[in-house]
Amino acid sequence: MAHNAIATSQEPSTSMGPKSAIVQPAWVRIAHWLNALAVLLLVTSGWRIYNASPIFNFRFPKELVLGGWLGGALLWHFAAMWLLAVNGILYLVLNVLSRRLQRRFLPLTPRQFLADMAAALRGHLAHEDLTHYNAVQKAAYLGAWGVLLLLVLSGLVVWKSVQFPLLRELMGGYDNARVIHFFSMAALVFFSAVHVFMVAVVPKTLRVMILGR
Amino acid sequence: MKSQSKTRSSGPVGLAASDQRELLKDAAALLSLPARRLFLRRGLTLGGLAMLTGCSVTNSDEAEHLLMRVSRFNDKVQAWLFDPDRMAPTYPASMITRPFPFNAYYTEAEAPDVDGKGFFLQVSGLVQKRDIWSLEQLNALPQEEQITRHICVEGWSAIGRWGGVRFASFLERIGADTTARYVGFRCADDYFTSIDMPTALHRQTLLALSYDGQTLPRKYGFPMKLRMPTKLGYKNPKHIVEIFVTNEYPGGYWEDQGYNWFGGS
Repeated sequence: MAHNAIATSQEPSTSMGPKSAIVQPAWVRIAHWLNALAVLLLVTSGWRIYNASPIFNFRFPKELVLGGWLGGALLWHFAAMWLLAVNGILYLVLNVLSRRLQRRFLPLTPRQFLADMAAALRGHLAHEDLTHYNAVQKAAYLGAWGVLLLLVLSGLVVWKSVQFPLLRELMGGYDNARVIHFFSMAALVFFSAVHVFMVAVVPKTLRVMILGR
Repeated sequence: MKSQSKTRSSGPVGLAASDQRELLKDAAALLSLPARRLFLRRGLTLGGLAMLTGCSVTNSDEAEHLLMRVSRFNDKVQAWLFDPDRMAPTYPASMITRPFPFNAYYTEAEAPDVDGKGFFLQVSGLVQKRDIWSLEQLNALPQEEQITRHICVEGWSAIGRWGGVRFASFLERIGADTTARYVGFRCADDYFTSIDMPTALHRQTLLALSYDGQTLPRKYGFPMKLRMPTKLGYKNPKHIVEIFVTNEYPGGYWEDQGYNWFGGS
């Protein structure tokens, strides 16, 4: 039979591990979708809160914001924050206890990251084995965790700058905390856009995050 | 028409435009022909429909109910987080925001004009001395000053300088029951709000009679304002005419519309 380099790279994946192996366990999938919902609610209601007193010279279009008026947006924001926090803490704790954090996200070196990034930009980064994250993915996901943590900490200062004085000083004061909160949101939205794009490019990852394999 | 700094454009759950159109089509179909023609001539709007049916047409009453329950849970969390010994930051006079902003649900020209000479503060509820207080009597009490940050729920903040009577000592003078849960306020502009007793007793809670060394001007809340750097701006009532102590939840102007009651910073 004719052997063709292009045909090979288009063959369906054969190396997802043994047929019964779960790529993403149920707790990961549940946490992932709950987190996606929490982030969607927080970002869109956060945009409406921002609109009440913009930091920069623009407002978010009202078709994109959640809550209708400031009172409604605040209700959504301070409800969704609990979903993010509880789900997030459970996810982090389970990752450490199950050692998934150590297995999936580490080790990660700058050299690995640069090598994989270069391969990705040349279109040579393989996606056959979904049981392993490449270095770009590891960096992106760990970065997303870090940005979410920044959002929570800066959010606590914006919410209660009097009751969290140490956090407030670390953030450079109340006004600065608002700026950090905004740029962390921007970073998270950027990550989310790239993430969704990559899922569209490698659709079997969506199946894995719903069905587990 | 009064300008509103936090105008309500749609319900808290913000019904999407396409949902609104579907809802209205269904509703119009249920109307009898003459009513339908009248309705369509007047313009099919959710507001109009609400007036016809006499009830809200947001199809997410359950969501709104749940959100309010979470807000009440947040009140409990905030009460737990509140440390009576933690002071809000204070600032040097050089950092005072000039001019200090005016903010209300009406324009500056519409701010109430209270005549200080004939004015008496009413005191009622769970207190031993229900005497009324003139501004002269209040100004004769020991005065304190603070330069603190006023934080608005909208996100902006401004540093201001207020002077007046420490509220905890005022409550002591009127023999207030400090085991009661709430202190409520009624204002000359029909605004009203209430706070928790621990915040009322906080060392920085001030019954403010002056701003930046001058008698509290009309735009900042004459005859008096309750200044609390541990709470957001909408919790700091201006133009106070009555103070009462109670165990029954008094609510508030914005709080009854969905803003969080504790409103603590």
